[in-house]
Parts: sequence; C-alpha cells; structure tokens
Amino acid sequence: MTPSGVMIDFHGEINEEKLSSILSDAETKLEENEENFKKSRKVYNILVESLQNLFHHSDAFGDAELMDGIKKRTTSFILAKKDEEYNILAANFIEMANINPLKGRLDKVNGLDKEGLRNLYKEVLDNGQYSVHGGGGLGMIDIARKSGNKLDYTFAEVNDDYGLFILKIKV
Amino acid sequence: MDPINIEGTPKTPTVNFSSDSGVLEIKGRSIPENAVEFYKPLVDWIGSYGDSAQSNTEVNIQLEYFNTSSSKCILDVFKKLESVNGKTNITINWHYEEDDEDMLEAGEDYQAIINIPFKMIEMEEM
Repeated sequence: MTPSGVMIDFHGEINEEKLSSILSDAETKLEENEENFKKSRKVYNILVESLQNLFHHSDAFGDAELMDGIKKRTTSFILAKKDEEYNILAANFIEMANINPLKGRLDKVNGLDKEGLRNLYKEVLDNGQYSVHGGGGLGMIDIARKSGNKLDYTFAEVNDDYGLFILKIKV
Repeated sequence: MDPINIEGTPKTPTVNFSSDSGVLEIKGRSIPENAVEFYKPLVDWIGSYGDSAQSNTEVNIQLEYFNTSSSKCILDVFKKLESVNGKTNITINWHYEEDDEDMLEAGEDYQAIINIPFKMIEMEEM
C-alpha cells in the first residue's frame, strides 16, 4: 500500500485476464491490510461486483475506438484506504442514450433505506429476468446494500455520443 | 445416476451432488463472470434426481462469496429443488461464518422466496 493509501490503481483496457489479476491482487492486499474480517469480506464483495460491472459494460464495446488511440473499453479503477474507510472509484465510457436509464436506476437505489434495498433486491432476484451475464440488474442494489452508503456518481460529456460514468463507493 | 464432483477454483465453488447419499453440497466461492454456464448442469441434475431421489435430501450451501451473476442461478437451484420437494424431503443447510451478516441476510432472502425449510448454521471458521 502506498503512503496515500492507494491499494489498486488501474487504468486501461479491461479484459477477463486483467480482471482476474486485479481481483487476486486486491484479495492479497486486503488480507495484509485489513484485520477486520467482516470489513475485508464486504470490501472484496463490492470490488468483485463493481469490477465485473465495469468488465461487462466495457467488454460489450469490443475493440471499437472512441477517439484516436483510445478504445471504448478503457476503464479506470481505484481502491484506496483512508483511516478505516475504503473508497472505490470505477469509471467507464457509456453511450449517451444509456445515461438516463442508468441514472434512473441509481436514483431509485439511492432513494431507499436498508429495508427498502433488501426488498428491491428480493424483488429483482425473483423477477425471472436475466441479463446476458446473469445478474439481471442486481449489481448496483447489492453494492448499495453491502456498502451501507449512497452511490455517489457523476457523468461527464466526452462527445455527442459518449459520456464518462464515474461511480464512487464508500465502504 | 452419476454424481457431480467439481473441484473448486478461485472463481467457482466445489460441487458434490450424490444421488446415492442424497447429499448435495456447494462450497467455496462463486464469482464467475458468467454464472449461468456453471449452474445450468447443476439445475438439470436436480431435475433428473427427482425421479430417483432418496427419501431425504440434505443440501449444504457453504459459500464465502458469491456475486450477483450467481445470485439468480442459486435461486434457480433452489427453485428446482422446490419442484422435486414432493418426491423427497429436502432440508437446506445455509452455512455462514460467524459475524458475516451479509451472508446470513442472503440466506434469509432465499428463505423468504423458497418454500423449503432452511437451517441457518453459524460456523466459527469455514
């Protein structure tokens, strides 16, 4: 861990292999730096969810370029620990058309308390709908539920068709 | 029928399903990018097991981690079990490590949806 508390600092095109190596690196660092087993398990769970989320969204772009030399599947991912608090930042490109629906889902999640999140989770779990990778919209609900905090997000405009989605999670 | 014996990996659980003993076990971690592929054969096996099931069936779930891609698949396993529950008496033992409230809550969520008795078993160390 660096003096600033940064444990993982990834910037680049994510693929399955990189995803696995970041996860195993994170697991080792959590074992070394976190004595509280419950916290370490929580953070790892949220890391898995947020990284796989990044991977699935970015993977769908294939090899397409957003602009010269920058592929659409470029992502940023940071895990840092400050005192007893973990901060995760995950950023990926997103089509403009997908921003409003995503914003709607995040705001819905942020509007719920602990019990409300649990009920929504159960409802989505049992709605019989599957996304390509199986989760079917449970990811953000699960992250909010496990972190116990609101999802802090922003969108930045990149060009007419694409934006950058930045999600910050506090655990 | 043939048992299922799958060794665990850093992303997928150990699975032991035996029709001879009527014990079905899923242990370890379940965080594959695509869980549907992994769980489909398990769900299919349970469907066939229903035709030659033991009078009692014990299901042991002992997971450290599972991702949301696995959540719906695990529900599918339970729903399949629910569908054969008349042919065999099923008990689901949901193991969780001491103080792991997230895992206990996850078990309770399934319990609320599935009409099979769940036993919540707290363990000191998995």
